[in-house]
Amino acid sequence: MQINKNIAISESGFIFNPSNGDSFSTNQVGLEIIRLLKDDKGKSEIVSELVNKFQTDSATLEKDLGDFFLMLRNFQLLNE
Amino acid sequence: MEKRKITVAVSGLNNIDSPGPGIPVIRALKESSFFEVRIIGLSYENLEPGLYMRELVDKSYSIPLPSSGTASLLERLRYIHEMESLDVIIPNFDAELHSFIKLSSQLKSEFEIETFLPTQEQFESRHKSVLYNFGVENEVKVPFSKMIFTANEIGSLKNEFTYPLVIKGKYYDASIAATPEQAINYFHKISAKWGLPIIVQEFVSGNEVNVTAIGDGKGNCIGAVPMRKLYITDKGKAWAGVSLDDENLIKITNRVIGNSKWKGGCELEFIKSKEGEYYLLEMNPRFPAWVYLAVGCGQNHPEALVRMALGEEITPYESYDVGKLFIRFSFDQIVDLKDFEKISTIGEL
Repeated sequence: MQINKNIAISESGFIFNPSNGDSFSTNQVGLEIIRLLKDDKGKSEIVSELVNKFQTDSATLEKDLGDFFLMLRNFQLLNE
Repeated sequence: MEKRKITVAVSGLNNIDSPGPGIPVIRALKESSFFEVRIIGLSYENLEPGLYMRELVDKSYSIPLPSSGTASLLERLRYIHEMESLDVIIPNFDAELHSFIKLSSQLKSEFEIETFLPTQEQFESRHKSVLYNFGVENEVKVPFSKMIFTANEIGSLKNEFTYPLVIKGKYYDASIAATPEQAINYFHKISAKWGLPIIVQEFVSGNEVNVTAIGDGKGNCIGAVPMRKLYITDKGKAWAGVSLDDENLIKITNRVIGNSKWKGGCELEFIKSKEGEYYLLEMNPRFPAWVYLAVGCGQNHPEALVRMALGEEITPYESYDVGKLFIRFSFDQIVDLKDFEKISTIGEL
């Protein structure tokens, strides 16, 4: 699982994929997850990073993260 | 550096909802760092908006329609040259290119007017009707296509095509037909406007990506900028687009321009399938109307064309800005009736 390295992400959460011209907006949580992916963190590492920051449990976080990854794959931002 | 003063005639001043490339080409030339350009507009209709854009077009002349033949065009160009001392002509309509290619050597020998156009053979080789062969010769995938001359032929298309398929005009227009009935309808609609033959093309689904490019005629691609349309009008024209970072597309463009030894500006229209394969849908033999995006990305293709037309050796552009957008707009020009009268009666403005 790897985020496309050439995507541009701004501080405001604006994402631009220069290979196909798609652009998206994400909130601060999404932005943080994408940054962690860019740093080559795996799913379990991302869960443990985020579970300390948010008032939630690992199971819920894993499920939400799975949904988010699915969306990133559909938008061609994440490769297997 | 002192800029060289030159006079360039440009057609395609129809800056309308389906715009010609004339005004973007002129904007590019006006921003040249090598030339101080006086622009002579060449128009076919009195309501072409570019005629009245005085800040871009210094003087305009109407010219005869391509159907009038090359002799009348040459006579008109002779007169315009006497008045304006043209250095270069950049024709921007597909339908007029045949005449200008035919006249190019005469324009040079008789009037010392330069052009930078593909050869007749190159021009014909990328024609929609033979694009499939062009793809084979230049190692680029092209959806299967065939020409038809009557609506009766649509019934038998099922032997070679599956629906949906694309019905295309000789020069312009394309519609996706989901059924034979729709195909017949589009056949009549498009042939009534652009004549025969009609080109039937296999439908490939995916994202449309286009490239504006320029070749030196010796096998070198001097510049190429890929773009994806972000906003498309009901005529299928890009109203907004963004420059892309796509190495494969640049490689394919270099191969097509290199193999075909393309001379002049062009637009390559591709579909990128979900599997990441590129299919060449069309190769237009002139700059696209969005060519000014290339200027915005750091590659002034019209300037490069003029430099090569004037015999300069130039080095190919190696990079461009990714993620630059163009967004068109329209506004109403207020034109004095006297100006409209001038172009309508004496053919000059």
